Amino acid sequence: MNRRQTVTAMQTTAAGARAQEILDVLAEERRARQGNRIWARLKRERKAFVGIVFVICFVLIAIFSPTLAPYHPDDDDFGLFQSPSLEHPMGTDSFGRDLFTRVLIGTRVSLTIGLLAALAAMLVGVSLGLLAGYYGGWLDSLIMRLIDLLWAFPVIILTVGMVAIFGAGARNVVIAVALAYIDDFARVVRAEVLRLREEEFMVAARSIGAPDWRIMGRHILPNIIAPIIVQVTFAVGLGILAESGLTFLGLGVDPSTPTWGLSLNEGRAFIQRAWWISVFPGMAIVCTVLALNLFGDGLRDAFDVRGVGDNDGEGG
Amino acid sequence: MTRYIIRRLIHSIFIIWGVATLVFFGLRAVPGDPVVQFLGPEYTPEAAEAIRHKLGLDEPLHIQYVKWMGNILTGDLGDSIATGETVEQAIRSGFPKTMSIAIVSFALALAIAIPTGIIAALKRNSWIDYCVSVIAFIGVSMPSFWFGIILIILFAVRLGWLPAIGYTSITDSPWDWFKHLLLPGLAVGAGFAAILMRFVRAGLLEVLGSDYVRTARAKGLNERAVIIRHALRNALIPVVTIAGIQLALLLSGTVVIEIVFSIRGLGRILVGAILDKDYPIVQGVILLVSVIFVGANLVVDIIYTFLDPRIRYE
Repeated sequence: MNRRQTVTAMQTTAAGARAQEILDVLAEERRARQGNRIWARLKRERKAFVGIVFVICFVLIAIFSPTLAPYHPDDDDFGLFQSPSLEHPMGTDSFGRDLFTRVLIGTRVSLTIGLLAALAAMLVGVSLGLLAGYYGGWLDSLIMRLIDLLWAFPVIILTVGMVAIFGAGARNVVIAVALAYIDDFARVVRAEVLRLREEEFMVAARSIGAPDWRIMGRHILPNIIAPIIVQVTFAVGLGILAESGLTFLGLGVDPSTPTWGLSLNEGRAFIQRAWWISVFPGMAIVCTVLALNLFGDGLRDAFDVRGVGDNDGEGG
Repeated sequence: MTRYIIRRLIHSIFIIWGVATLVFFGLRAVPGDPVVQFLGPEYTPEAAEAIRHKLGLDEPLHIQYVKWMGNILTGDLGDSIATGETVEQAIRSGFPKTMSIAIVSFALALAIAIPTGIIAALKRNSWIDYCVSVIAFIGVSMPSFWFGIILIILFAVRLGWLPAIGYTSITDSPWDWFKHLLLPGLAVGAGFAAILMRFVRAGLLEVLGSDYVRTARAKGLNERAVIIRHALRNALIPVVTIAGIQLALLLSGTVVIEIVFSIRGLGRILVGAILDKDYPIVQGVILLVSVIFVGANLVVDIIYTFLDPRIRYE
């Protein structure tokens, strides 16, 4: 009988099941301890606090923008190129629409695309990183070579190419942006798994014959949740930057949707006579991404994770 | 060491080959016919057929692929479908402009990041440090094309100090060349500078707390010598790696910035070619970009071993 078979045999015995339970309880406790520590640190982390407050504000704006907006985003009878005033805090655009309204409404599109892209990249990247780190061998080589390929494309070229293949539109922008950031997740997760693989509790879990999916799900994932969360936070910001860049190039979401990138693109033609059309939507992008980056950076300090998000910033 | 370099070289060639192959088949998965797009709505099937035959697009995919690969090895990248010029000509016209933006932005980023990073580290937790950190945070959170527009509004439209768009070759007039590149270089370099600065600061802080710096101080060296001769040398090692990795950022940044500043560099050529489905141009430009990118990373890794002899690759 080889080792693996012995191990499976043990798991079927009562003692094996008991050992499994103990390990799970220990995993639970370890998690709770870690959770408390993180919470204590987070309260001290000013950056994270400021960041999360602003992120929540932007999420609220995204949810309630139709009620918050003073006008309808498509109303175009306010006169062309009105400079900022009390009625139109950000002026009006080249179609005579209220820019403030369009920036508010644009929050929803940008945040949604950024979040969806980050989550999709996380799902694929974490799975690939887990598999590569846990199984090693040829699977690791294969996955990491694919990740290297992905990484050899500059983000903007990758996303432009994807949109050229599958066409513009919100869904394809999400897919393109997600694809561009998969490699970050896979690398981070793989490195963490390699670090954990030789830890005692992992050896213990393996020795009592816990199946692979259980080890990955109950013992590895909860321990690498911190770097993943930090990476997601950065990825949402990067996603927003990438989306605005694509839309700016005319390859983004449907031109009838009010988005920040689109307003910027329209404003570029009129920088001589109406600076506000390009300045304010860009400020909205900067504020949102800044809040996310502050939050991510604070979280990173609180979680004490290293090496996550160090290489990013490659967005627009 | 030699074995390590050879292994990395093979790995790099593999990546470049993979990228080229992906691009080749990816492009042909794009719906739409580049020849029809080039000829416009009133094309005749015969004319289209003739062009397809001339460009070899009527052959089976795998034959086209093998031929293309063979041609690359002999240095022939093919002809553009839309303009008829060779891909090499297109690259020759675009490359100097893109490279100029990249070099100027790289130089500006270093010139901004290293001094501010050092000051922030030396005056740790002072108001200067906080200001620098906040500015750096804004720098990484800012779309480069938006910053480019802001720079144009400020320095070209309002103050009229610098040209808003266009490019002059360095051989025509170095001063005009620089004036045209200052704003785009700054737009691309700002985010880069922000990231670099954080690494300079963190690296210097780590080194300043180390034993050998304490020794240097203890033997009575003045603070200036300690920092410049001892601390800075080691603090800048990680900065070299980041600078290499961030080349991708620089290239990505220039693609969009070329459009903002109306400079017909590789980025504009590439985006235009993707939209026109001009296969040969897209393939050629992406091949070049990935060679530069992968090559730069290889060079950085090798330089790294010289800078830090403790690092040994097997």
